[in-house]
Amino acid sequence: MPAPQSPEPLLRIEGLSKSFRGVKALSEVQLTVRAGEIHALMGENGAGKSTLIKALTGVHAPDAGEIRLLGRQVRPESPRDAENLGISTVYQEVNLVPTMSVADNICLGRQPTRFGFLRKRALRDRAAKALSRIGVQLDVSRSLGSCSMAEQQLVAIARALDVQAKLLILDEPTSSLDEREVETLFNVMRQLRAEGLGLIFVTHFLDQVYAISDRITVLRNGTFVGEYVATELPRLKLINAMLGREFAEMEKLEHTAAEAEVKREVVLEARGISKAGVMGEIDLDIHKGEVLGLAGLLGSGRSETAKMLFGIHPSETGHLKINGAEASIRSPRVAMRHKFGFCSEDRKTEGVIPHLSVRENIILAMQASRGPLRQLSAKEQQTIAEHYIRALNIKTASTETPIMNLSGGNQQKALLARWLATQPKLIILDEPTRGIDVGAKAEIEKLIHSLRADGMSVLFISSDVEEIVRTCQRVAVLRDRKKVGELRGSEIQPENIVHVIAHHD
Amino acid sequence: MTDSLGKVRSWFSGGSLFWPAVGLGLLFIFNAIFASGFLNIEVRDGHLYGAMIDIVHQGAKVMLLAIGMTLVIGSGGVDLSVGSIMAIAGAVAAAMVQANIGLPAALLAALGIACVAGLCNGLLVSVAGIQPIIATLILMVAGRGVAMLITNGQILTFENPGFVFLGNGHFLGLPFTLTVVLVTLALTLLLTRKTAIGLFLESLGDNERAARYSGVPTRLIKTLVYVFSGLCAGIAGLIAASNIKAADSSRVGEMLELDAIFAVVVGGTALTGGRFTLLGSILGALLIQTLTTTMYNLGVPPSVAPVPKAIVILAVCLMQSSKFREHLLALAGRKATA
Repeated sequence: MPAPQSPEPLLRIEGLSKSFRGVKALSEVQLTVRAGEIHALMGENGAGKSTLIKALTGVHAPDAGEIRLLGRQVRPESPRDAENLGISTVYQEVNLVPTMSVADNICLGRQPTRFGFLRKRALRDRAAKALSRIGVQLDVSRSLGSCSMAEQQLVAIARALDVQAKLLILDEPTSSLDEREVETLFNVMRQLRAEGLGLIFVTHFLDQVYAISDRITVLRNGTFVGEYVATELPRLKLINAMLGREFAEMEKLEHTAAEAEVKREVVLEARGISKAGVMGEIDLDIHKGEVLGLAGLLGSGRSETAKMLFGIHPSETGHLKINGAEASIRSPRVAMRHKFGFCSEDRKTEGVIPHLSVRENIILAMQASRGPLRQLSAKEQQTIAEHYIRALNIKTASTETPIMNLSGGNQQKALLARWLATQPKLIILDEPTRGIDVGAKAEIEKLIHSLRADGMSVLFISSDVEEIVRTCQRVAVLRDRKKVGELRGSEIQPENIVHVIAHHD
Repeated sequence: MTDSLGKVRSWFSGGSLFWPAVGLGLLFIFNAIFASGFLNIEVRDGHLYGAMIDIVHQGAKVMLLAIGMTLVIGSGGVDLSVGSIMAIAGAVAAAMVQANIGLPAALLAALGIACVAGLCNGLLVSVAGIQPIIATLILMVAGRGVAMLITNGQILTFENPGFVFLGNGHFLGLPFTLTVVLVTLALTLLLTRKTAIGLFLESLGDNERAARYSGVPTRLIKTLVYVFSGLCAGIAGLIAASNIKAADSSRVGEMLELDAIFAVVVGGTALTGGRFTLLGSILGALLIQTLTTTMYNLGVPPSVAPVPKAIVILAVCLMQSSKFREHLLALAGRKATA
């Protein structure tokens, strides 16, 4: 239950904007959290949730906009500064010290001392009090590492509340908890709400949002979509808000799908492939000259499917046929021998080789498939790099510029070039347009169309439903690591995709 | 004013070989002034002798270790076991020569065993997934014991002329050790720059996951760099044994692994892996050897010699750091405007 409204809400953020290297991460975002409410912050990857939280906790300085705490304008300079203002955060990965005791962790950085010496007794008492405040019984002398994930999460909350917190931010706190543990956490959250704290709850589990939140704010592509009362927002409308425009104003998009019904040869046929703990059993067919879309919410198994097909997480069950012949893809190198390419969604840790030049980044996969001894000559390397820099309009000072100096969109195009240079028959693109500016996004979509026209097969993964509609001839919809539907031709409409995602059976 | 500042700036941030070369140059100038006869080179029996020739000869071991270490560090690892591998190689060769087995067989066996030792390191790192510093620490500690077992805990001396020539002979008027270093360096440059191995290594060291997803055989390359480092250490071990005509398992190559790591870092290869420069490491090794020789020439007692050595290494490392140079430039800029 939301507490009675005080004249000024606990937290009011207005017009908050933040850019990184010219790419807008947040644009004029607002968020209002009242005392005694649990406020869910929703949005797909790249929506700007974490940037907003980092601006609120003093990690990033916003470019514009204001943050008001109980009516007073604040500007947190650092996480510690934010804590002193009463804004505490519990992160997804518990960032405490597993080898230290529960008590030490709760009081870390603010241990009670006398003449510079630790007061062990006072420390334990204080930790026990912090835990009992949230109704948790735990031996504070145990080492944190011996506690379950849920207990660690609760210790992190107790630590966050040990300072005089008015606002508690929980960033994906439930992602590593089981159902029972989630319930324990929710009880604590309800109790804190009753005490008049404001809680911001970031998650991508819809059920949990409806189970506990009072209000929901939705962000999309760094902009504010809306603030809703949870009980008045149907699930379908929430997904819609997260993924795309309102139906009413949705224009009919030009569609290339109708032509795709022609029988084409099957490039890849997967039956019942799965890997325990990664992805449930899935069937997929990908035809020559076709863009197959994988749609679904975050955590539905899109990237996992891609990584299974590319041999990063080799499948443990089922079987796979490539061009009609049985195949087993045990590693990326085997996948490349079958002329597959894979652009990861995680450009930074799985894509670019940051200190190497644009040229070296572009030729890397091609050179790797040729083996170490048949080195591409300096001239060949130069020709290939220059060709793709021109063809994909990569903005770089020269072929020898370290790739880390390029903008996100240009890095992405260089990574596409890396795979196109290997002349793949099937290219897997996982969120190829995430976090890049609109111009580069349009160029990449156009490129996918021309690749398809040249007979290449594309497995296309995107959180942007409209982009899927514009790009794909067939769409497989995933939910909870299973395929729950497939759309083809004229069925590929945003509302249909959203419907399949939201549908409960 | 701004023009001259810009010039200073560009000169300041020169290529990766710039600062070790400057350090080495300054040391030479220092020696030329304060150590009499430093620049003299005389010809005796058709061979060249002099302080600078000495530096090259004495520095051969660290240069060889640094060549192997450069590749290991480039791959994002480190090899602490090279000193112990030197001891093993020396012990194997000396024992076999003493047992009157032919010299070629003895040398090949010694280098083969050095490669096997490197392979153990490589497999521990790439297959077992142990952190390089720990994986190679195991052999660093155990390796000397292995060498002692081979020599029965004694110092094995030998007189085999061929073996003695390796570390003491002359070729084309110069110490033969220089030839060994140059040949090894040339082959390594060919191996890394005329094949794609250098590219694979640098991408592996810079971002291992991205390299693997791009089809680079990361595990194989990672294993091979340790084998190669073992081979380089083996060659250095043979030279060390030849220098003193004996295999002294407890002392040979002691602390040389640290000199080799210093040489690589001073030469401009980052300990975090990625881009590596073999020539830089050679310059780094020469810098360290020149420092050692300078201390000796100036009569600094060996017990305190490490202190000035450390100061020079620190200075070169600081100048290599772009962050430190920026601070320095900012400071200079403030002075200039004041």
